[in-house]
Amino acid sequence: MTSSAAVEVKGLRVHRGGRLVLRDVSCTIPQGSVTGLLGPSGCGKTTLMRAVVGVQIVSGGSVSVLGAPAGSPGLRNRIGYATQNPSVYGDLTVAENLRYFCAVLRAPRSDVARVVDEVGLGGHEGQLVSSLSGGELSRTSLAVALLGTPELLVLDEPTVGLDPLLRDELWTLFRTLASRGVTLLVSSHVMDEAARCERLLLMRDGALLADDTPSALLAQTGTGDLEQAFLSLVRESEAA
Amino acid sequence: MNTTILLATAARILNQFRHDRRTVALMVLMPSLLLILLRFVFNSEAAFSRAAPALLAVFPFAIMFIVTSITTLRERTTATLERLMTMPIAKLDLLFGYALAFGVVALVQVLVAVGVSLWWLGLSIGGSVWLLVVIAGLDALLGTALGLFASAFARTEFQAVQFMPLFVMPQVLLCGLFAPRESMTPVLEWLSNVMPLSYAVDALTAVTTSSDITGELLRNLVIVAACGLLALVLGAVTLRRRTP
Ligand SMILES: Nc1ncnc2c1ncn2[C@@H]1O[C@H](COP(=O)(O)OP(=O)(O)O)[C@@H](O)[C@H]1O
Ligand SMILES: [Mg+2]
Repeated sequence: MTSSAAVEVKGLRVHRGGRLVLRDVSCTIPQGSVTGLLGPSGCGKTTLMRAVVGVQIVSGGSVSVLGAPAGSPGLRNRIGYATQNPSVYGDLTVAENLRYFCAVLRAPRSDVARVVDEVGLGGHEGQLVSSLSGGELSRTSLAVALLGTPELLVLDEPTVGLDPLLRDELWTLFRTLASRGVTLLVSSHVMDEAARCERLLLMRDGALLADDTPSALLAQTGTGDLEQAFLSLVRESEAA
Repeated sequence: MNTTILLATAARILNQFRHDRRTVALMVLMPSLLLILLRFVFNSEAAFSRAAPALLAVFPFAIMFIVTSITTLRERTTATLERLMTMPIAKLDLLFGYALAFGVVALVQVLVAVGVSLWWLGLSIGGSVWLLVVIAGLDALLGTALGLFASAFARTEFQAVQFMPLFVMPQVLLCGLFAPRESMTPVLEWLSNVMPLSYAVDALTAVTTSSDITGELLRNLVIVAACGLLALVLGAVTLRRRTP
């Protein structure tokens, strides 16, 4: 079952605010991999992720997650989701936030110390979330997604605003998790993170331009870096 | 429904209050301060005793409505609700968790207000003090439940505050505080009859004037509790896991 898909999206169409923001998106995300979802701001990354975790009203198509339709009750403690805007309580401490979500997920209390360590927030446990820096805040939100034993992690721009060292540590963590069989879908609007992923979904204006490995994309477009590959794919799709 | 998650949610909300002492102080002391003010506005113990039962219903009701609708709206508009909706928490766990946490605050608020009225402001009551506390507490919970429900229709905290004139003021005007309900024109009396606060005021008036626990008193209590429960269930219905 190692090659089976963790997420299968078929012909997904989503309207938001009266506009079609996802136009027939189809893709598969293999199990135990880090898949990057890349594209400019406003292209529909967050919308696609919301559809995968089952909180987005969709107009058509299907999304299947870990073998069940997205949003099924049985999936609710098998998925970890970190929203783009940090989703933690500002008027609680880091540890109080983690303990609450631990209780909701029925995860062991010992998970709190584990995830604090994984996102490098040691020493901040007793700090009020509203007093954290932007990077610490987004790592607290990421830590909540790591509680329990999620089989799929959906992380919406988790590395925005982090210094390069921390960013590197988080990508190492993502790869470690993937090597244990966890599937990760990580979005970013900066292309230099693309090279860190095993697979890439390139998006523009509500449509997928590519669903492939970084090296295959470079070979296909005959370019030297992924930024150039993306531009070449955009030109190709506009010419068609 | 899952009791552990419900209790964890209530504890989380009380914990949030613990970090916001000013809001707690406002919630606990505000009805009492307003009652003290009114005692001096009336400048007579007899006149105050006549109005006090209605005020013990109105002030906690209005304050709990405001505080609950804003707190819940904050949860709805920040991403925490979106995250919770991907987790194994039932919508009723969340709403009853809110009701429980605010119920604790409401009970403290009402105990302080009743204590101040009885032992300092000279309110004399014919019936049981504990029944008075129970009714005022239920009524504050009704404010909480309506606040939870109303927050579904607001997009911003500013809008939530504006629901106060819509949900709370008509009930205050028609509950019998300003004029006896029987003396109102039929339309207004009918309106007053469909507003839950009227029954809370009737029940409080009954407890302060006599020690009898009549069938009417119990019926009024059941109406107040049922309206609160209905508002909570409607609140759960307006909460959606999937949003546009
Ligand atoms: N709540 C909303 N209501 C209406 N339109 C929205 C809403 N959220 C996002 N959109 C629109 O949907 C499109 C895709 O947005 P989003 O998925 O957030 O993009 P990204 O995450 O790639 O920046 C954008 O054009 C955005 O304006
Ligand atoms: Mg986004």
